[in-house]
Amino acid sequence: MKFAIQINSSPYHSNAGLTAYQFIRSVLNAQHEIVRIFFYHEGVYHAFKYATPPDDEIQITKRWSELARDHQIDLVVCISAAQRRGLLHSDEAHRQGKQDNDVADGFRIAGLGQLVEATLLADRFIVFG
Amino acid sequence: MKRYLFVLRKPAHSGAYLQEMLDIILITAAFDQSVSILWLDDAVFSLKNQQQPERLTLKDTAAVMQSLSIYDVTELYIETESLQEYGLMAEDLCLPVQTLPRKAISEFMRGFDVVFAG
Repeated sequence: MKFAIQINSSPYHSNAGLTAYQFIRSVLNAQHEIVRIFFYHEGVYHAFKYATPPDDEIQITKRWSELARDHQIDLVVCISAAQRRGLLHSDEAHRQGKQDNDVADGFRIAGLGQLVEATLLADRFIVFG
Repeated sequence: MKRYLFVLRKPAHSGAYLQEMLDIILITAAFDQSVSILWLDDAVFSLKNQQQPERLTLKDTAAVMQSLSIYDVTELYIETESLQEYGLMAEDLCLPVQTLPRKAISEFMRGFDVVFAG
């Protein structure tokens, strides 16, 4: 079965993102497919490259990057939600006269059309947070 | 084509929540999908008429909602009890919406392929 996932909550506002991560691991273990994970609203805070939690806490952004690398999962961050909250990749930062690339490995920035497309391709769409 | 239901549960101006929900609603409509909206709980306030958000430098989300028909988004529903709990009536709202009793909501939701929980 094909699953599309949306995550709306930031890592430290609730555990919805962590619950989504554990659900996605279970989906993959059960040989199902993840069409796309879309980060929206406060969910964009999962993609900040420079988030630096203490060593004894879960490194959720790193976990997402590893998931994307190990399972070729498409991690998409909504561009308008991201820009509102100060998350810019290098092209956009340069265009806006700003510096740096804040987007963690494995994530990409794209439009809401990617979310609608994911819900059209998937058998199940699940929203966390 | 899939049938989409967007469930709104927060009032206008609780952060960018409503603006961002309206963005998905309009994009989904632009993909030529069937789009319905259901207002529950505190979200009924987002439909209150005579809002003056500009005075507080807030986005006029009610104006965006009034443009939904341009995008063929005309299936608009509101829970009767949510309206009653806040002492609102249909004439207090800025859009024509159909009322649904609370006991009919779960059956109503089963009629959709995709539900965006708000």
